[in-house]
Amino acid sequence: MRHALTALCVAAGVLAGPVPALAHHGAATFDTGKELVVEGTVTEWVWSNPHCFLKFEVKEQNGTVRNWVVETSNPPDMVNRGWTRRSFKAGDRVTVTVEPVKSGNPVGRLLQAAFPDGRILSARGPVAPAALGEGAPRR
Amino acid sequence: MSRRLALASLTAAAVVSFSVSAFNQARVPGAEYDADFPNEKPGPAPRRDLSGIWEPARGPGDSIQATGAKNMPDTGRPEHALPFTPAGLKANLANKPAWGPRAVASALSNDPQPTCEPQGWPRIILHNYRTAQIVQTPKQVLILYLFNRKWRNIWTDGRANPKVDDVLEPRWWGYSVGRWQDDHTFVAETVGMDERTWLDNVGRPHSWEARVEERYVRRDAVHIDVTITIDDPTYYSKPWVALDRLPLRLQRDTFDIREMECSPSEFARYTKEFAEPAAGVQSTAPR
Repeated sequence: MRHALTALCVAAGVLAGPVPALAHHGAATFDTGKELVVEGTVTEWVWSNPHCFLKFEVKEQNGTVRNWVVETSNPPDMVNRGWTRRSFKAGDRVTVTVEPVKSGNPVGRLLQAAFPDGRILSARGPVAPAALGEGAPRR
Repeated sequence: MSRRLALASLTAAAVVSFSVSAFNQARVPGAEYDADFPNEKPGPAPRRDLSGIWEPARGPGDSIQATGAKNMPDTGRPEHALPFTPAGLKANLANKPAWGPRAVASALSNDPQPTCEPQGWPRIILHNYRTAQIVQTPKQVLILYLFNRKWRNIWTDGRANPKVDDVLEPRWWGYSVGRWQDDHTFVAETVGMDERTWLDNVGRPHSWEARVEERYVRRDAVHIDVTITIDDPTYYSKPWVALDRLPLRLQRDTFDIREMECSPSEFARYTKEFAEPAAGVQSTAPR
């Protein structure tokens, strides 16, 4: 498993629907509903508009290295999810769940990133839960 | 039995309380929203007052309209077919959106907005209606938008409603005049929008003759309902409603509006390192 492209195709339809936060950079290129799980090492986490993106390298079973790039939503949306510009650093080992592009290139949308210590960063679901505030008095 | 039930309820309440608390603590200050909740009884609407920081009442993602204006998304269904004139249909087909049934890969789209061209009025709220702060002065209503960090002004000094010929030069954000129809209903009209702008994220066009009506109804102490109507006889055979009473909710006055700026250099890098590999193309244009 380690150092390998694990590449599981999880059943289509696992996604609850389109990712609403990814609103202004087309859905046409993505294989919507398909998920891959890829394990690799972070080379760069780019915190910028219009979307943040994570670059990481994956060692294939034949020993070659494949460079992946996967996008998230924009910085304010990711802040709302609890992500920061320090969420990843070069050298981090990550297991990334990806909605890949149709072309087969190592490109996609980042749905979830898991770290060896069990921490998980999720980009699924709404930008921020509507129930969060619930109109309740603030601290 | 009742003791067991009470214990279970207390445990559940503690778990929920802890979860909410832990969740809030994990969030950066300023990223918390007030949203609607069941059985809420808001106070009465203040008189002639839209001021404050507003967020879609159903949550921050409610008005991210990737596939077109919320009330008329581009679904291909008959109920969402816009009343295009022949000229409007031609203009619509010339636009190549990255979303909706006519979507092309984002690297192949001619959408002006992602390259940081001003998206203008009314697209800013028919695409990404995010946090907006409204400021009222004696002669203007100013609206400050989180998305792309833009603002616009609506004149409220009693001048006449605008005519297309009032504006000699195209404006990305148009020329807007508003007035209170009653103590809780504010209506503004905008003309003079630059024809290069799209109405929404799926490339609906507008002509120079377009007139946009925005209607704000202050429903109660914490809500405004927003309706947007497009009247463009050159491109559409009749007016159509793009937003229909979209509810906004008042946020606390210390809410920290974040930046969501369109940076050309960041966009160029995103295109080169993500969008083009995603589409399987490579631009030869210098960046």
